[in-house]
Amino acid sequence: MQRIGVFVCHCGTNIAATVDVKKVVEMALAEPGVVHAEDYQYMCSEVGQEKIQNAIREKNLGGVVVCSCSPRMHETTFRNAAQKAGLNPYMVEIANIREHCSWIHKNMEEATEKAVILMRAAVAKVNLNTPLKPGESRVTKRALVIGGGIAGIQTALDIAEAGYPVDIVEKTPSIGGRMSQLDKTFPTLDCSSCILTPKMVDASAHPNITLYTYSEVEKVTGFVGDFTVDIRKKARSVDMSKCTGCGVCQEKCPSRKIPNEFNRGLNNRTAIYTPFAQAIPNVPVIDRENCIKFKTGKCGVCSKVCQAGAIDYEQKDEIITEKYGAIVVATGFDMIKLDNYDEYAYSQSKDVITSLELERIMNAAGPTNGHLERLSDGKAPKEIVFIQCVGSRCADNRGKSYCSKICCMYTAKHAMLIRDKYPDVNVTVFYIDVRTPGKNFDEFYRRAVEEYGVNYIKGQVGKVIPQPNGKLLVQGADLLDNKQILKEADMVVLAAAIEPNPDAKKIATMLTASIDTNNFLTEAHAKLRPVESPTAGIFLSGVCQGPKDIPETVSQAGAAAVKAIGLLAKDKLLTNPCTAHSDELLCNGCSQCANVCPYGAITYEDRQVNDHGIREVRRIAVVNDALCQGCGACTVTCPSGAMDLQGFSNRQILAEVDAICL
Amino acid sequence: MTTRKNQAELIKEISGVNPLKCMKCGKCSASCPSYNEMDIKPHQFVSYVVNEDIESLVKSKSLWKCLSCFACVERCPRDVKPGKLIDAARQIVVRERGGDFLSPNEIPELLDPDTPQQLLVSAFRRYRR
Amino acid sequence: MVYSYYPGCTLKNKAKDLDHYARVSAKALGFELEEISEWQCCGGVYPLGSDEIATKLSSVRALNDAKEKGQELVTLCSGCHHVIKRVNDDMKHVADIRTKANNYMQLDEPYAGETNVLHYLEVLRDRVGFDVLKQKVTNPLKGKKIGAYYGCLLLRPGKVMAFDNPENPKIMEDFIRAIGAEPVIYPYRNECCGGYISLKDNELAAGMCRKIEDSAAGFGADMLITACPLCMYNLNKNNNGTLPVYYFTELLAEALGVKGE
Repeated sequence: MQRIGVFVCHCGTNIAATVDVKKVVEMALAEPGVVHAEDYQYMCSEVGQEKIQNAIREKNLGGVVVCSCSPRMHETTFRNAAQKAGLNPYMVEIANIREHCSWIHKNMEEATEKAVILMRAAVAKVNLNTPLKPGESRVTKRALVIGGGIAGIQTALDIAEAGYPVDIVEKTPSIGGRMSQLDKTFPTLDCSSCILTPKMVDASAHPNITLYTYSEVEKVTGFVGDFTVDIRKKARSVDMSKCTGCGVCQEKCPSRKIPNEFNRGLNNRTAIYTPFAQAIPNVPVIDRENCIKFKTGKCGVCSKVCQAGAIDYEQKDEIITEKYGAIVVATGFDMIKLDNYDEYAYSQSKDVITSLELERIMNAAGPTNGHLERLSDGKAPKEIVFIQCVGSRCADNRGKSYCSKICCMYTAKHAMLIRDKYPDVNVTVFYIDVRTPGKNFDEFYRRAVEEYGVNYIKGQVGKVIPQPNGKLLVQGADLLDNKQILKEADMVVLAAAIEPNPDAKKIATMLTASIDTNNFLTEAHAKLRPVESPTAGIFLSGVCQGPKDIPETVSQAGAAAVKAIGLLAKDKLLTNPCTAHSDELLCNGCSQCANVCPYGAITYEDRQVNDHGIREVRRIAVVNDALCQGCGACTVTCPSGAMDLQGFSNRQILAEVDAICL
Repeated sequence: MTTRKNQAELIKEISGVNPLKCMKCGKCSASCPSYNEMDIKPHQFVSYVVNEDIESLVKSKSLWKCLSCFACVERCPRDVKPGKLIDAARQIVVRERGGDFLSPNEIPELLDPDTPQQLLVSAFRRYRR
Repeated sequence: MVYSYYPGCTLKNKAKDLDHYARVSAKALGFELEEISEWQCCGGVYPLGSDEIATKLSSVRALNDAKEKGQELVTLCSGCHHVIKRVNDDMKHVADIRTKANNYMQLDEPYAGETNVLHYLEVLRDRVGFDVLKQKVTNPLKGKKIGAYYGCLLLRPGKVMAFDNPENPKIMEDFIRAIGAEPVIYPYRNECCGGYISLKDNELAAGMCRKIEDSAAGFGADMLITACPLCMYNLNKNNNGTLPVYYFTELLAEALGVKGE
């Protein structure tokens, strides 16, 4: 029997308003083994921690139970406090009487009863706790950034500047991401390329940064500090060391009818291509699916015209295996498909476009060379209607439940730029709410209205009706005037919702990083750990974590870099001692545990065992401590009860159950 | 006051609609083909129920202008179904004695040689108990 | 293939053509419509109130009849299709309505939405196949520019009707292509004709019908087709004479060369 101390926290009024903390103390003192119990307003404060430490020393405690908030919040705090007083930190248990009790109950009597039960369970468990000692693991001082948009570039630059090598893996042929597709950026209207391109060049030139473009992460194993990653470098069919980027191959390529992804399919590209003029690296790739040479074996024009002899039709995909200490996810976003919003006639009319398509149309390097024109007939529009919140803030399974956050501002930007460059064009914006939190953001939107005369109408559009004369009739609501409006427009621009890059889910699965129902990666704590994944060693940068604009993305990218640097700066990491172990006398080598282990931590070996005097060789499960994350899946799967988890042994769990039920 | 609340609750119950899901975007009113004929507009059906002003709602001529075409139901981004709310208000009226909007006596003069049976049964269902 | 068939009241009276041409075409296409015995009127409109039970029972009877025969239930009139399809969805998914309706019905075995409800157009698309239909066409309606008028009842609410994309449908356009004509796509094809409002407020319906016809004509249609007797009535009544309106089954029979039968 341990000598146990119980410490009940008020958490201000968070707990004490609903749980009778004095009663919990009183009941604790009646529990077998409990030699000390007290309550305090804030147990996590310095004074509170001292109370725990004093009791450990004075009463010679062998175990400590803290009745407080979730262990996710302060388990480490209390373990460290106990350790300073000479107690093994794994002799501390938390009874969560806040999230599991006071926050979800209203009736004090019931809440107190439950708090007492949770306290009892923790006391029963700590009675069976044994001192545990964490092991150590090494840290590979190299970081991987997945995604080469502004988020990935910024994170990589910051890590590289701190002196650590960092690799960027980018799926497309060039780094630059969404930001490279934008024309101007709010709220200052700087040219997107002018501020992005120098960063792309910096990333490419930095001695600590290696770019893997046209490459994808294929496999991730290992754990924090010691990840092993397979990267597939897709065959470019162009030798990067020979290509001079002269562009002749693209001029001469006869396959010219392939939708240009960079221009959102609004014009065509060749089969050998660089996505845009400022691409880094400035080395084209051959799109083998659309290349005549690869499809028919005939052609080879690019090879003939290449002075440098860089074209290599025989090039193969290459797998690079590299070790990393930290991984940053920066996979970004795309716009939703508009198949579910045919009332806006996107699929029926070329003159109904998305905001990102407008961005390309407004861009000097875009499909219309920067001239604002209708894609149906090339005519200059006189009347443009913007529709906000297309697919955002939906509760109907058609769209996304969240606010996409960036649309209000970019729509104000588009409206303003159009009115500035084409003063004779009328611009109307149908909005539900205009949301502009951000420095100088609301002022920006107001300028669109007050200085540029953009007509904002509060109300959603019900239908966009193509007319036989080529115009678009926009049928919308004006909720302030209480009118239904029919407005004839030449062009309609839809602020479509944004969604995480479709690859995010696949990558999160590889990294065992959690994602939410919208496929955004989940942060470890919404407020206090916003750039870390709950999976150790995985960090989040940019829109992969949730909708955000460029300034926010860059801030978060820097924060993710700092967290990664903090990890890389360490030589060794302590490993979690709560790992699984198999009892060789009980294990029958059935493989069920290995089948459920999400971390690949279980292997089998033939080992000689002495089972009550009988010596024989048996197939036994062996757990790799470095890989085991202590999830416990194996212990509940094991049919013979051979698997047990240190710190959460079957005996401990059953003691808790008994304390609750008996 | 309690009757006001009860009436609003009744509408919510009959319609199965939770008007609090509405985000006031007005897409229902933007879609409604009868909008100009209505005194209380589709997006207002929702707020009238939230504000428990059922008295005004049941007097509204909008009850008899709604076509049950479900454009508002189909396009509502919040799955609020304003068309079901107005039908529930209509139900409250026609279920009361003397609340019918259509009487059999009117029929002969409304008929023409091509009037399909479908029109008569539909109108009877919507306009009478 | 034999299907249970629910014609509905109008198809026995003002919309006899819709019914007749469907039957002769079915024969030509090799499937049989077995009319449900003693069917009752569906009520014309789906009762929206969640507490409406008795008004849904005629649909349940038809659905159960088909279930007992182990057949799919085919409808033709948009109104009937809408009501029966939605009641079936209630019987499948809304426990309260299912329980109460079954309490009324006192069937040997409770009905729980087992029957598959198909509109005649869905039979053409999903059972016969528009490609097969195209092969069986002996008299392709070449040169005819036809606007499909869907109205509301077949399409909405999209989740329950599951008929086609409610904002940009194509089943009738595909049908028009299969019978050798040219579909004209126009944006008002899924907007309401006014429905039952025309009985007491025809002006309102007239305005809507004019929009529909102007839009179809503007995009080059020289006729409209529909599956709904009420749409047909409203469109004809308020037609300024530019566009004739036909039941789709009449053109089907014509294309199959069985119109005279």
